Formats: sequence, structure tokens, C-alpha cells
Amino acid sequence: MSANSGIRIRYELQREDFALDVDLKLPMRGITGVYGPSGSGKTSLLRCVAGLEKPTSGQLIVAGDVWQDSSAGTWRAVHERDVGYVFQEPRLFGHLDVRGNIEFGLRRREHERAPDIQHIVSLLGLERLLERRTDELSGGEAQRIAIARALLCAPRFVLMDEPLASLDQARKDEILPFLDRLHAEAEVPIIYVSHNIDEVGRLCDYLVVMDHGCVVADGDLQSVLVRMDVPSLAGTQAGSVIEGQAQAYDETDDLTRLRFSGGDLWVPGQADRNGETLRLRIRASDVSLCRVMPEQSTILNIIPATVEALQADHGPSMLVRLVLGIDRIVARVTRRSVRELEIKVGDEVYAQIKSVAVRP
Amino acid sequence: MLRGRLLLFLLLLAEAGNTESLTVAAASNFARPAHELAERFEKASGHDVRITTASTGKLYAQIENGAPFDILLAADKERPLLLEKSGLGVAGTRFTYAVGSLVLWSRDPALANSDCKLHLEELGKKRLAIANPTTAPYGAAAVQFLQADGAWEAVQPRLVFGENIAQTLHFVVSGNASLGLIASAQAKDARLPESTCHWPVPASMHQALEQQAILLQRASDNEVAAEFLGYLRGADAREVITANGYEIHH
Amino acid sequence: MSTDNLFGPLWLSVQLAGITTVVLMIVATPIAWWLAQSASRWKPVVQATVALPIVLPPTVMGFYLLIVLGPSGAIGHWWVELTGSALTFSFAGLVIASCIYSLPFAVQPLAAAFESFGKANLEAAWTLGASRIDAFFSVALPLSVRGYLSAIVLSFAHTLGEFGVVLMVGGNIPGETRVISIAIYDQVESLNYAAAHRLSALLLVVAFIALFGMFFINRRWRQR
Repeated sequence: MSANSGIRIRYELQREDFALDVDLKLPMRGITGVYGPSGSGKTSLLRCVAGLEKPTSGQLIVAGDVWQDSSAGTWRAVHERDVGYVFQEPRLFGHLDVRGNIEFGLRRREHERAPDIQHIVSLLGLERLLERRTDELSGGEAQRIAIARALLCAPRFVLMDEPLASLDQARKDEILPFLDRLHAEAEVPIIYVSHNIDEVGRLCDYLVVMDHGCVVADGDLQSVLVRMDVPSLAGTQAGSVIEGQAQAYDETDDLTRLRFSGGDLWVPGQADRNGETLRLRIRASDVSLCRVMPEQSTILNIIPATVEALQADHGPSMLVRLVLGIDRIVARVTRRSVRELEIKVGDEVYAQIKSVAVRP
Repeated sequence: MLRGRLLLFLLLLAEAGNTESLTVAAASNFARPAHELAERFEKASGHDVRITTASTGKLYAQIENGAPFDILLAADKERPLLLEKSGLGVAGTRFTYAVGSLVLWSRDPALANSDCKLHLEELGKKRLAIANPTTAPYGAAAVQFLQADGAWEAVQPRLVFGENIAQTLHFVVSGNASLGLIASAQAKDARLPESTCHWPVPASMHQALEQQAILLQRASDNEVAAEFLGYLRGADAREVITANGYEIHH
Repeated sequence: MSTDNLFGPLWLSVQLAGITTVVLMIVATPIAWWLAQSASRWKPVVQATVALPIVLPPTVMGFYLLIVLGPSGAIGHWWVELTGSALTFSFAGLVIASCIYSLPFAVQPLAAAFESFGKANLEAAWTLGASRIDAFFSVALPLSVRGYLSAIVLSFAHTLGEFGVVLMVGGNIPGETRVISIAIYDQVESLNYAAAHRLSALLLVVAFIALFGMFFINRRWRQR
């Protein structure tokens, strides 16, 4: 990132029972995830960036443009910051219909980056909903409309504060594909706050991890996920993301062969995606290790790997970081196994990957 | 101990029976002299007198609805007459206890040391306060005077109407009305601030402001009430009445 | 009783109530908005002050208004300088008195309406590029229509029935300050009960129609 691009954030916020202290530089493209447990300050950070809250002291510089600087007394008001904001609840305007809602921001901003209404409407599948009133919508539909509304106000970037948190699993599954498409086709960078590691793993390119008001890790998604020193990335949340290219689809078994730097993987489905780069999310608990290549196992993906790091985890578990080619994945095994198999850093082992989630 | 107390209680009860108290309803404008008269009567006779004051109209309405008054001291003739006719007032007990008069009065510094009456012709943007002619006899008299004087046409657009003679006075005292036609009895009140000009209205220019009293039906057997009415006609009472700015005609 | 005496005071009352209501909607809006948005420690002070006219008897307010609006009073003398005539005993004076007297009936429903939708919608509007004033007119106002309806009904009705304050500062001038409530009182005082009945019936009918009309519109609006 050059000095003038990106979002430079430096905030200190003191409240009775909470303190925020961050110093970040975020990319101005793709989706940046902000992940952490509740109360870690993610929402406060987002609200400060939007101008909805004022930090005790801080600086916010967006692509060289100073939006706030407490030392110089600069403060750009909320409505003058070119951000779109998607809240946890849709917060649609009850007195306007859907079209009125999504066009609300359109009328109010200068359009150097005039967004294409049609494009966004079809991106989020809202064609049939435009004439509806806001009380005639399901939770998922309302949230999609909120997202369209935020995108259509021609923002420099969009802030999303746990947009799926208030939805049940079925609604979430409904919206996630739209978010996937956003990632692929929206030209606007998104900062996506979530406490759900699967969402973050599926959607983000850059990841910031927060805990107790501080940033404990930030960097590109794949490298941050395999860090062993971040408590919120350990335990059942542990996992990794790798990317590979789909090579061939086997119709008989409904499997696709995917090539990545460490070898080939078989993943379910994905017909008609040959040649595409697919993102895979691998849960650490779905990865086990063996010293000797097993015979006659039901696990299809057994890949040679080198042990790079070991870290004690909750209870009887242990995290093992493995290098496969130039990619890294994390495995979660028992302390006992590590001891009995005498697994040490540098050992050559086999990673058995039981299941893989492929981003659609 | 208990027997002593019982005895005391019975004595007091007897006392109360002997000393009948009297409730007199008096028109607001007569409030001051009414209280004075009540005090003097109490001292002389040993009987309790309670005074209630309100506008004559209100008192009349209350009496019609069974208010527990023994005597009415009205500000006009009409109401006592009506009570007599309806039987609520005892026939033969009605008489004029005082006669009121009007005075043109001002506290406006601009009118100091000038002829009050002349200003009636040249009110300009200033206001003249009179009591409401439909509800207050002093207001009706004020209108009669203005018409007799020929100033009515000029003055009419500048009139403000006080609900009663007291509010009329208040309008003038507070400076909201430059001039007012108020009761002489009011003008004589020592608590009133100094006027800048005043002019007594000749009695010939309006109907007599006869204030009449009447004994009310519920007190027809009340000796104390009869006594009070008698006292009201006496020299002592007349002294008090005239001192307060009223006249007595025989 | 001439129709002038019948419809004159009624028309005066309706005018007074109407103009007062319009003025109050304009004046009460910023006060109610501030009350709904503010967390300042002055808030209870403002709330109590606004609510005073509910508690104070009209005679007390009338008494002080006569002083303040009189030619030597704080507001009164400024008015005389501006227009050359006195504020007391004038229709304008009654409007001012009525606005003070009915203020809480305008402010309280509005403040409640503004508070009911909280900051959520406003924050969304701000992030979409609406300035605070823009957000007020394009989001807060439309969402508070019911609050405004309530405020209008209450202010109008309260002023229509106003008596005590007008009695103190009106001066009972026909065509200017003799509103219908005073006219009825006068007729009762002068024992013209028939006329009092007529005036009262008229007021009842007009008031009922006005209130019914407003509630009816409210219901239609809700069904939309």
C-alpha cells in the first residue's frame, strides 16, 4: 500500500467500562474483516470511522484525505463522510417504499462514482421488491435492501456491522450468496465486522482481529488465520483458508479435483467451475495427522506436509501449523497424540483433511 | 375525668345552640365595608358573622341552587327583586343599604394635572376600562353615563370590559387601560396608589346604583339575621358605609 | 340574539385556536426535538418549565401575562414600540397567551413521538448523506406524523376551551377578544340562559366535529 492509499485509523476511546486503542492501516479494496468476540470494540471502531461516535483522540485519513484529526481539530461530520453503513438491524425508513429507501442516498451525494442502480438491484436480487412497503419484507429481504441502500449512496467504502447477526441460519444462507457476489463484483471496498469466523473466512481478503479494545492481529486473511498466538482464533474457531484452481469435475462421484500449491484436493460438487480459482475453508478440527501414509482410508485428501509450529490449545487439544507447498493450514489434535507420535517442528507428516467448505 | 369532659362538651353544644352564627353573602365591591360591619356587629352582639363575597350574579346563581346564605347584600336592585319574586327572599325585608357612584379614574402619568374628562374625547390608542355592562350594574351605569355625555361614539372602539368592577380597576392600576370608570368606593380605598387624575361622575347622568339587601328564606326565623338587618339601617352602620365611599339615601 | 353574537365569538375562538396551533407547531418542534435528542443535565429543567402551564391555574398565568404583555412589561413595551399599539386586549396578545398556555400540549406529544423512533433511523440517514436538518425533514418528520396529529388536536382543543387566561388578559372586546367561552360566561352571568344554551351547543358541535375529523383522518392514515 502506498502512503496515500488505504484507510489510516488511529483511535483512542475512553469510556467508563471500555477502552479502545487501535492503530491500523486498511486496504482500499476488497473486503476487510474485523473479527473478535463481543465487547472487543469492533462496533465502536466502525462507529468511530463513520463519525457516529467521537473518540477521545484520533486520526482518520482516507486515501490521503484527512477526515478527522483531533490534534488539528479537524472533524468531518457524519453526513459528509462518504461511507455507507449497514447496521445489525436493517433500519429501513418506514414512510418510504423500498425504492424510496434505496434511492435515499442517491439524491444526496455528488456522483463522481455514480453507482449503477440496475446493477446493484440485480446484484442483490431486489427486482421484485422495489414497489413493496417496508413492513411487507422478510428479515433477509430487509437486510439486502439496507445493503443496497448503503451501496447506492456512492460511498468511498461501506461499513457493515455484523449484518447477518440478527438473522436466523436460513436467512443467513439466503444472503451469503449475495455477499459473495458483492465481493466479486462491487467496486467498493467493504469493512465487515463479525464474530462469526466462517463468515469472515468466506468473505474477507484482509483480516483484523480485535480483543478488549485492541488490535491483536492484522494482515491478509490467510496468514492471520494460521497465527497461533491469537486466542480468538484458537479452539473450535481455528482453521485456515487456501485457494486453488478447479481442474476437473467427476460427474459420477460429484467431486472436483482442485490443484493448490501443496498438491491436489478433492472437493464436493463445483460442477461447471473448471478453471476457476476457488476459496476453501478448512476447519482445524477437520485436519488430523499421521506419520505413515494410511492405507484404505475413507479420507480422500491426504497431503504431505511439514510441521511449522505447535501451540497448546484449550483442554486436551494442541494446534499444529503445517506447510503444504506455499500454503499453510492448521490442524487440531490432542496433546497425547503429539507426545506419542513425537511430533516436532520440522517433521514431515501427512495431513488428512476430512472435509472442506468451498465458497460458492 | 371522663365525666368532666362530657360535661364540657355538652356545655359547648348548648352554647353553640344559643349563639346562632350568621352567613352573609356580599357583593365583591362591598367586601371591605361588609367585613367591617360584621366585626362591629360581632363585638356588639356577641354573635358570629361569616361573610362570603363574590359577584352579585354568582351569588344569585348559588342562592338559586341552595347555597346556605342567610342574607344577601347585592350590588343592584334586580337580583333581590328576583329573589323576592321567586320566594327565595323573604317579602318585606328588601331595602337599599347603600348607593354607589362612579368616578373616572386614571393612573396614567401622561394624564397628570389635566382634565380627566377631556381625555375621553381624545383617547387615541389608549383604552377605557368599564365593567361588563351585561353582568355588572356599574358597567351598565358607565354605559349610560357615556351615552348621556355624548362620548359614547368616540369611546366605544376603545373600550375594554372588566369581568367585574374589581377587574376593571385592576386593568387601570396595571397600566393596561389608561382610564377607567370605577366605583367611588374603590377610589376611596387607602391601599390604592395615587391617581394622576380623577373626575366624579354626576349621579344624574346614570341610573341610581342602588345596592339592596334582602333576608333569605332559610333564615326567615333567624333572629340574629333580623338583628343584623336592623343594625345595617342604624347610624353606626351608616357611618361605616359612607366612610367607605357610598351614600345613603332616605 | 343576533347571528353576529352567535357566530362572532365562535369564529373568534376558532381563529384563535387555529392560529395558536400553527404557531405552536413551529415553536414546539425545535423544543421537542432538543428534548428528545439531548442528554444534557438541563433537560429536566426545560421539561419542568414546559410543563408549568399544566399545573399553574389560568388565573396565575393571566395575572403575570397582564404584567408582562402590558405597555410597561418586558414583551409589551417592545410590542408598543414596534407597532404603536398595546399587546394586551388585542387578538395578538391572546395568541401569545394561548401559545404559552397550550405549549405543553404541543411539546409533549411531539417529544414522545421523536423519542419513540430513537436515533437508529437518524443515524442511518446521516450515513446516507443527510445533514441533521435534512434528516429531520426527510426522516424524523414523516415518522412523527402521528405525534403531530396528537399535538395539533390537543393544542387546538385546549385553546378552543380556554377561559381563565382570556378572562384575565382579554378585556372582553367584541370582535377582538370576546371568545365563545367568555361569551357563554357573560350570558350565564346576566341570566340569559337560553342564549347560553345556544352558544354552548354551538361550541359543542363545532368542537366535536373538529376532533372527530382529526381522529378519523388519523385512522385512515393508519390503514394506508
